[in-house]
Amino acid sequence: DHGGILCGDSSLELSEYQDQQFGGDNDEQEKLLKDSSTLYVGNLSFYTTEEQIYELFSRCGDVKNVFMGLDKIKKTACGFCFIEYHNRFDAENAMLFLNGTCLDDHTICTDWDLGFREGRQYSHHRSGGQIRNEFREDSDIGRGGFGKQAQAHDRRGIH
Amino acid sequence: RERQRHRQREEKQGQPHKRRKTSDANETEDHLESLICKVGEKSACSLESNLEGLAGVLEADLPNYKSKILRLLCTVARLLPEKLTIYTTLVGLLNARNYNFGGEFVEAMIRQLKESLKANNYNEAVYLVRFLSDLVNCHVIAAPSMVAMFENFVSVTQEEDVPQVRRDWYVYAFLSSLPWVGKELYEKKDAEMDRIFANTESYLKRRQKTHVPMLQVWTAEKPHPQEEYLDCLWAQIQKLKKDRWQERHILRPYLAFDSILCEALQHNLPPFTPPPHTEDSVYPMPRVIFRMFDYTDDPEGPVMPGSHSVERFVIEENLHCIIKSHWKERKTCAAQLVSYPGKNKIPLNYHIVEVIFAELFQLPAPPHIDVMYTTLLIELCKLQPGSLPQVLAQATEMLYMRLDTMNTTCVDRFINWFSHHLSNFQFRWSWEDWSDCLTQDPESPKPKFVREVLEKCMRLSYHQRILDIVPPTFSALCPANPTCIYKYGDESSNSLPGHSVALCLAVAFKSKATNDEIFSILKDVPNPNQDDDDDEGFSFNPLKIEVFVQTLLHLAAKSFSHSFSALAKFHEVFKTLAESDEGKLHVLRVMFEVWRNHPQMIAVLVDKMIRTQIVDCAAVANWIFSSELSRDFTRLFVWEILHSTIRKMNKHVLKIQKELEEAKEKLARQHKRRSDDDDRSSDRKDGALEEQIERLQEKVESAQSEQKNLFLVIFQRFIMILTEHLVRCETDGTSVLTPWYKNCIERLQQIFLQHHQIIQQYMVTLENLLFTAELDPHILAVFQQFCALQA
Repeated sequence: DHGGILCGDSSLELSEYQDQQFGGDNDEQEKLLKDSSTLYVGNLSFYTTEEQIYELFSRCGDVKNVFMGLDKIKKTACGFCFIEYHNRFDAENAMLFLNGTCLDDHTICTDWDLGFREGRQYSHHRSGGQIRNEFREDSDIGRGGFGKQAQAHDRRGIH
Repeated sequence: RERQRHRQREEKQGQPHKRRKTSDANETEDHLESLICKVGEKSACSLESNLEGLAGVLEADLPNYKSKILRLLCTVARLLPEKLTIYTTLVGLLNARNYNFGGEFVEAMIRQLKESLKANNYNEAVYLVRFLSDLVNCHVIAAPSMVAMFENFVSVTQEEDVPQVRRDWYVYAFLSSLPWVGKELYEKKDAEMDRIFANTESYLKRRQKTHVPMLQVWTAEKPHPQEEYLDCLWAQIQKLKKDRWQERHILRPYLAFDSILCEALQHNLPPFTPPPHTEDSVYPMPRVIFRMFDYTDDPEGPVMPGSHSVERFVIEENLHCIIKSHWKERKTCAAQLVSYPGKNKIPLNYHIVEVIFAELFQLPAPPHIDVMYTTLLIELCKLQPGSLPQVLAQATEMLYMRLDTMNTTCVDRFINWFSHHLSNFQFRWSWEDWSDCLTQDPESPKPKFVREVLEKCMRLSYHQRILDIVPPTFSALCPANPTCIYKYGDESSNSLPGHSVALCLAVAFKSKATNDEIFSILKDVPNPNQDDDDDEGFSFNPLKIEVFVQTLLHLAAKSFSHSFSALAKFHEVFKTLAESDEGKLHVLRVMFEVWRNHPQMIAVLVDKMIRTQIVDCAAVANWIFSSELSRDFTRLFVWEILHSTIRKMNKHVLKIQKELEEAKEKLARQHKRRSDDDDRSSDRKDGALEEQIERLQEKVESAQSEQKNLFLVIFQRFIMILTEHLVRCETDGTSVLTPWYKNCIERLQQIFLQHHQIIQQYMVTLENLLFTAELDPHILAVFQQFCALQA
């Protein structure tokens, strides 16, 4: 009856992010986001595997798909991914309970996404990595050291 | 511009940036809502002056916003029970200023109570009853009329041919209101109250408690008995009565307004007849009260109220209510929990930890999704870094110590909670403290727990990390490196049957072969089961399945995505090879042989195979009970797979039922439109829709039949292996209660508890076909306890 104070799920609201490559208008984008079962997950370590992501996000429901974010040039993991659930309800739980918690010693963040399409797994920045990572001022070993050096070196030697 | 866009997305980790509200229209109403919801929160002014101020504002707004205010107050009564006495005081002040409004409010509450009961919202109804009873303390409702309502409640215990859970609820609603209003009611009507007590006591003595063992977290009575909830509450109220209703914990703002309130005129509650029991009535499940702490656990701090003290009841109720109100917002929830009023007089952190674990371990299921409790505890650790982590560590230690008698389902949740928690704190833990488990039988609960925790920790990190975080003495409990096992991989496999075909397949897969090309390679594989193939060569051939599945899964081993791609690309081959029931079972067997070091991979592959219909749910159930899995039968991943399989089956049935409902509704709408328009032409349209409905009807029946069959298969297999064990023990003269047996019988219980709503539909079949009187009493007891749950 009212979405106000007594509703208690402001953590599900939309962020200010707008996908500039989306073809439709903002209202359309907003509507799709409100029905979406896909999440964008950011601030992952470059070493975080698909398997780790499945394990964590499975705690909110069966995961349908994981699309690892890749450096546009090197095609290696660059610290983000898309997670698709089979239904909206499970995705909401992930937004409520996994956003801002740890995966692989990184505090991850989640946000609603319009839905995966081929091409969206590639980062946007000219030099290949994510824009936020280029300008990061602190040292994050898991995200290539200091911001301007986005070197994804696989220390585990698995892939 | 691009940079700004991306940065905004992650600016506020944990709390996304909110969009601004645009509507102006309901500004006053929003303002009223805000005032009402926020009263009682931290403020520069005292609670009393805030309440007085708010009462003034609302009184002034009554002429224009009466119905909105009524609605708001009824809503907070229902949804913010932890602030009960604040709102009853507010209503008391309003009633003193405006008698009619008080009367209308009481009527609105009674209407809401009736609606809640009819809608099976029994938990909310308790809060409404409690609110009404506290209104007696605020001079809004006359005590005798409240006593009369409670008389009617307890008279439900005399009803015949109704479920016990119905009678239980009315008794609970009465007893759980007494901490707030017992004193007042006893002072005004002690003879009547004594009569109601006598009736309550005789009911509690004669009600059956067969269901209790199934709901207990520990089977041991020490150090704290796991009491049935009504028994515990009765003991608490008895003690309160003995203490002459002296209750000092509840915050009672109305006491400060006594001079105003006692001048107010009271209203009588209308006579309240409990709505009758119907077939659609669903009452709350019984509960067992979870206790893990007492005053000895925190010798430095304030004394923890005893288990039969009414203070303990009230504190726990309020903390549960806070969680219920704020579970979706963990920062708010944590803040509300740690700022609980009166916290300096109680060991609040202990209460909080106990209440959270009470919910997490609740049987049949926690009130909210498991992961919520994990992140709430993390938030609490962040909020109180100097005190809460220590209490949590103490709790973890205690839970570990009592693993031997902990229910298997609860151990599962403990494993999942602890591993996820550790992953948020760099896996720091004093494992050496648990060295006692290293010398125990590996199948006993403690070493088993540690093994499962380490396995889950590995899934959240990676293998080497686990080896690094535990002392070297724990290496035997560390999980295997999750590598693929390919039987045709090394030179010694030259002599294996099908080896050459496997090599051929590997080459074909690498050269991006089609399904047809794979089929033609497989044609050459001899069938060890029979001398000559049939014409098409596609009857159940285990060797074909073996070489195909081994080779494909090995080549796709790099990641989940690679494996899923492989399943999708060669779906046709899979479907053909797994056409028969034996084929399905063998696909699962071979997949297990390849990935037995990587239970997580097994789980996701089974999930995909079901979703793409390579195997069906019954095949998975049969596979789990097969001899190949007997060595791993007590491992957590096996049961996670089984329950996930059952859930998929349940969701599938619901989905088709929904499609059928929607089609029927569409037809009904079409008929209505036709009768409105008197249009004959849509007769033809009807035909297509009617056909669709018929097809969906068949689909629903077929799905429901498959679902029932799945449960019957599972129960049958349980009965078989348990009976085998019991007979063997009898013959050998050994004790039945091995770790394996405890695990297995509790896994059977878990099936009943986790899927009780569906299984209720099969009671007659189960009673007549499987759980008959001839069954061993150990096994039959589980069924009888289940029957008692909603009886």
